[in-house]
Amino acid sequence: MAEKITITINHKEYKVDSGQTIMQAADTLGFHIPRLCYHPKLSIEGACRVCIVEVEGMRNFVASCAYPVSDGMKIYTNTQQLRKARRDIIELILDNHPLDCHTCERDGNCELQRLAASMGIRARHFEGEKKHYEEDLSSDAVIRNPDKCILCGRCVRMCSEVQQVHNLTQAHRGFNTVVMPAYNLPMADSVCTTCGQCINVCPTAAFLEKNYTQELFQKLNDPDLVKVVQFAPSVRAAIGEAFGLAPGRNMEGELVAALRKLGFDYVFDTQFAADLTIMEEGSEFLERLQNKGKLPMITSCSSAWMKCVEQFYPDLLDNISTCKSPMSMQGALTKSYFAKKIGVDPKKILSVSVMCCTAKKYEASRPELMVDGMRGVDIVVTTREAAWMIKSAGIDFVNIAPEEPDHPLGMSSGAGAIFGATGGVMEAAIRTAYELYTGETLVDIEVESIRGLKGIKEGKLEIDGKEIRVAVAHGLGNSNKLLEKVRQDPDRYHFVEIMGCPGGCVGGGGQPYAQINTIPLDDEALKKRAGALYDLDRSKTIRRSHENPDIQKLYKEFLQSPLSPVSHKYLHTHYQAKKPIGIVPKKESNSGV
Amino acid sequence: MTTTDDKLKTLDAFMAQACENEYAESYLIAVLHKTQELYGYLPTEVMDRIAERMQIPTAHIWGVATFYHYFNLKPIGKHIVSVCLGTACYVKGADKILNALKKELGVEVGETTEDKLFTLQGARCLGACGIAPVIMIDDKIYGELDSKKTVDLINQYRKAAANNSKVTAK
Amino acid sequence: MEIQYKLTLCDGVSCIRNNSKELLTAIETELDKHGLRKTVEIHLSGCLGMCKQGPILIVNPGYTMYGKVNVEDIPMIIQSHLVDGKPVADFIIEQNHLYNRFFRIFGDTDFFGKQMRITLRNCGIIDPENVDDYLSVRGYEAIAKVLTDMTPKDVIAEVKKSGIRGRGGAGFPTGMKWEFTANQDTDEKYVICNADEGDPGAFMDRSAIEGDPHTVLEGMMIGGYAIGAKKGIIYIRAEYPLAINRLEKAIAAAKEYNLLGDNILGSDFSFDIEIRLGAGAFVCGEETALIHSIEGLRGMPRPRPPYPSVSGLFGKPTLINNVETWANIPVVILDGGDWFSSIGTEKSKGTKVFALAGKVCNTGLVEVPMGTTLREIVYDIGGGIPDGKALKAIQTGGPSGGCLPPDYLDTQIDYESLAKAGSIMGSGGMIVIDEDSCMVGLARFFIEFTQDESCGKCTPCREGTKRMLEILTRITEGKGQPGDIEKLERLGTMIQKSSLCGLGQSAPNPVLSTIKNFREEYEEHIHDKKCRAGECASLLSYVINAQCVGCGACKRICPVNAVEGSRKELHKILPEKCIRCGQCYEVCKFNAIDKA
Repeated sequence: MAEKITITINHKEYKVDSGQTIMQAADTLGFHIPRLCYHPKLSIEGACRVCIVEVEGMRNFVASCAYPVSDGMKIYTNTQQLRKARRDIIELILDNHPLDCHTCERDGNCELQRLAASMGIRARHFEGEKKHYEEDLSSDAVIRNPDKCILCGRCVRMCSEVQQVHNLTQAHRGFNTVVMPAYNLPMADSVCTTCGQCINVCPTAAFLEKNYTQELFQKLNDPDLVKVVQFAPSVRAAIGEAFGLAPGRNMEGELVAALRKLGFDYVFDTQFAADLTIMEEGSEFLERLQNKGKLPMITSCSSAWMKCVEQFYPDLLDNISTCKSPMSMQGALTKSYFAKKIGVDPKKILSVSVMCCTAKKYEASRPELMVDGMRGVDIVVTTREAAWMIKSAGIDFVNIAPEEPDHPLGMSSGAGAIFGATGGVMEAAIRTAYELYTGETLVDIEVESIRGLKGIKEGKLEIDGKEIRVAVAHGLGNSNKLLEKVRQDPDRYHFVEIMGCPGGCVGGGGQPYAQINTIPLDDEALKKRAGALYDLDRSKTIRRSHENPDIQKLYKEFLQSPLSPVSHKYLHTHYQAKKPIGIVPKKESNSGV
Repeated sequence: MTTTDDKLKTLDAFMAQACENEYAESYLIAVLHKTQELYGYLPTEVMDRIAERMQIPTAHIWGVATFYHYFNLKPIGKHIVSVCLGTACYVKGADKILNALKKELGVEVGETTEDKLFTLQGARCLGACGIAPVIMIDDKIYGELDSKKTVDLINQYRKAAANNSKVTAK
Repeated sequence: MEIQYKLTLCDGVSCIRNNSKELLTAIETELDKHGLRKTVEIHLSGCLGMCKQGPILIVNPGYTMYGKVNVEDIPMIIQSHLVDGKPVADFIIEQNHLYNRFFRIFGDTDFFGKQMRITLRNCGIIDPENVDDYLSVRGYEAIAKVLTDMTPKDVIAEVKKSGIRGRGGAGFPTGMKWEFTANQDTDEKYVICNADEGDPGAFMDRSAIEGDPHTVLEGMMIGGYAIGAKKGIIYIRAEYPLAINRLEKAIAAAKEYNLLGDNILGSDFSFDIEIRLGAGAFVCGEETALIHSIEGLRGMPRPRPPYPSVSGLFGKPTLINNVETWANIPVVILDGGDWFSSIGTEKSKGTKVFALAGKVCNTGLVEVPMGTTLREIVYDIGGGIPDGKALKAIQTGGPSGGCLPPDYLDTQIDYESLAKAGSIMGSGGMIVIDEDSCMVGLARFFIEFTQDESCGKCTPCREGTKRMLEILTRITEGKGQPGDIEKLERLGTMIQKSSLCGLGQSAPNPVLSTIKNFREEYEEHIHDKKCRAGECASLLSYVINAQCVGCGACKRICPVNAVEGSRKELHKILPEKCIRCGQCYEVCKFNAIDKA
């Protein structure tokens, strides 16, 4: 129980808990002090100086994000001097920023714009030299525009502290400071895992996903193509936020309808492929379990995680499930099973996916995922891009009448739905693996111990008298910790789920930007998005992947059985070690030097 | 002349010693100093090696190397050739001198010759306008030059380097 | 005739109060009486720090120091000592203070005689590479005393009693800082010596280390003992190779003599010192940036609290002090905190080293008691302005300081007085400026420096100093606009109040202080496009006057053919071609070219 102290803010006394910063105390009291570089999940920088306040007795302004409260402190948050200083500080940022709001991706949804508006800047006093750097468009997934960077440092801290990829750094100093990978390598050549969390935390358009909307609109108007789309579980749980709705509304039906209105001939659901993944991966797990195969088995549906494994954990490649991600499975089936069904040359099929994820753009381009010389997914757009396209096409997303996805790749069980939440893949796999193996029904199919936002979660279950230990991690930083345990003690777990993004896919790099007065990656928003998926699961009558009738049909008509040669051709792949510049190979552990 | 292997051996030994300490990563700047002492600058392959030996992310090393102005990120030559680009020299044909040097040395401004003998730089006014155009090699000023005299001067430095002697030109 | 005796009379403030002026007259009278004026030299020294025993009279050779000398005693002293060759025992006082040795050897010149060298007491006297030399001047006696007779609390009490304040510039009470760090309850603590000395024109720390490295080591050891640290780190800039070398040698020598390392002098106290190099970043003189640099990171500061005394190097309690502060610690221990606090003013005790430079006859390191006036430093010690030029300003505190016009000559050197006058003590840079220097150009020079050295972390410093530099550059190039001064003031005050660290907080100081004290110069630059000092090249014009005899020297030397005229006829400079390089002005032997 924290001690209560008395502070004065703007001449009024308040009782607050001790041991917090001025900003934290002010937030609890409803004083929202403007801020830029501060983020509750990242270390405190005190760099932007936007959150400055006056404390009686101090000659200079102090950063409220860093300064601790103490008993008797007198604080002023909105004096004329402060307002002027804050205004000037924001103007200084603008004076070194391109003047192109109207042609900028984040026009209308930019933290810098909001701050400038709240400061009431009407004239420029200090304009002078502006920085100018090359854009980095090398990557399929994440692009950089250093001209728009305001040096808040959030991306560097996110990449180093939370994701622990350490791809980004601030380089040079003073006016010449720029954020870049080591040696200013193009992102495509760097150790970037394309997780896109930098985009999530960036207040401006310095980081963006590679945008394919123009190309997609073009292709949607091509009469010769059969246009097929799939969308991820997490997309439906978050896309409403891009239209001003509160987080946690499941917009599945509306999204299906909108995608049809955009011009797609067939709207499928990645949740179908999620069920398929469970069939294949569950069978793969059981096979390893029974035949003393490589354990623990580690999931492979997270593409950022896959790039991370290939780069940083090549020694664990044999542990990785050979299954493709649901998106890639769906893509492969679209151009084979489905093409045959509708009697269309697969080369005439445009396979598009709407994903919560930026890494999927990178994944779709991987040569090892091609089948019969074709990409499974031709274009990947993020939730943000899809939302923009819907708006741009004039579709009234909020009020449109919901519709159902198409067969044969559109029906899903509840297990498929929870794939977007951290722990969801594991839970879905447990539901099927247990029943496939024992032949019995698993009564408590909601595995609470692996739900929620704790960084690393563990669970146990008994399959036929044998204790099966599972672990779940989300965010690459937590994954690091979990994998160190796996390296040290390979018998500790049997099955491990890794999702590259904090919160799981619901927190993916392609999800809508935080709304006004919310911070990016707000835990509440993540919980609500995951909650929408868990609710969806509960609302379905079929909640186990193996009970999905379209899945059963797929096996009967095409794949024959899980892990069959046909399944292997279309649904499995192999990963290999990669060494872009910047990999720091781990020294042989235990020897020190 | 120490070979590349010798230099790496020396650096590896230095790093091994640093890694024996608690807070080994804090010796990064000392290691970078040693690297510059051995190579004259910080080659990227060597920074990669430091990353591996000291288990420090390469991006982090890059951030540190670029922050401190003492470190050279590009090799520098034995002699720094600075061409004065002040107004007087400019009017007296400094650009012809600069072009002659670029051609003769085969480098652009800021670059170092293949034989690591010369680094070409531009300088702000050196304050010797009376004998414009002027170039400075290390700390010696040479004035009233033209393209031919400039090339002759470079050759004198080349000869001195080959003979291990000093240049006595005025 | 040969000088047989040299008399030194202290004319520090206390002794003057005790009639040293009358003493001087009395001495001169006596010498006349004995016909000794030609063979006895008298001169006045600065405060000798023996204020409780003043007035002081020193007789050389022999360095006999007489104290509490009254006018009536003079005839007897002159007769006995100078005529009969017998020093007068009753008046001789103990003069075993550590700094006296320097005075004994160099005190006969005005420049040194008027100084009081405590920090630099051994510089120029001992061989810095010979530890035995240091031992011969009571070296390592302080740590021996501390280890045998004093508890850590005793040491801190003595340091507090001395009243010494941090010499790096901030002037925080040293004893208090030691106490905060000592009170932290953990085993792992660190002592750091800040030898980064980044101020351009400052070389106090360099000289102290090069001349007397062991005193810094000894000071750090005492600090380590007081706070409970086993490890000390000297963070020194890489651009000081000789100082680094001397420190390395000193550390090795001290280790050899068991004065460093395990169980120092056979006690329970173990202390080790390591050297870490900087790499060309002025901002690393700031304590949190310095800590980050030692940790192998980019040298960027962080918000405080927490302060280093609570959480510093590697998150542990850390005591950071400047070289000069450490060098004073052995003196505080051996000569006592009481004696130390008898020097200086009420709130600023001890001495301060200044790097006196610029337009002054005697440049160099000057160490004077706090309370000495600027006038005394510039004129008595510095010898005044050369070439008969007028004093325009005194700049103290380096790029963090202010410019004081001549009305402030009688300001006392201490932390409070300098701050009140609109400047700061800083680390000790003192630049004398004459009428030929442009104050706007000087402000621009300093801000160009701080802008280049800004770490880039916080918006006000990174962006704001750049904009200030752009405005100042425009003004010096003749492109100043109405409103520019107001913009500089607005930006400057905002940067002072909003920046994250001391670099940003003080970067606008030279600009704001020159605007305050020399506003007309700014206005002349902006509105009249005129530089009264004749320094800003774009604002100058060179015009040939009637003294021209047509020798043609200017025409020949002009690099841009801007001079017209035939032999023996009045030449003319074409203003549109002239690039203001000033070569014609330099070469004219007839004063025929006006620079305005």
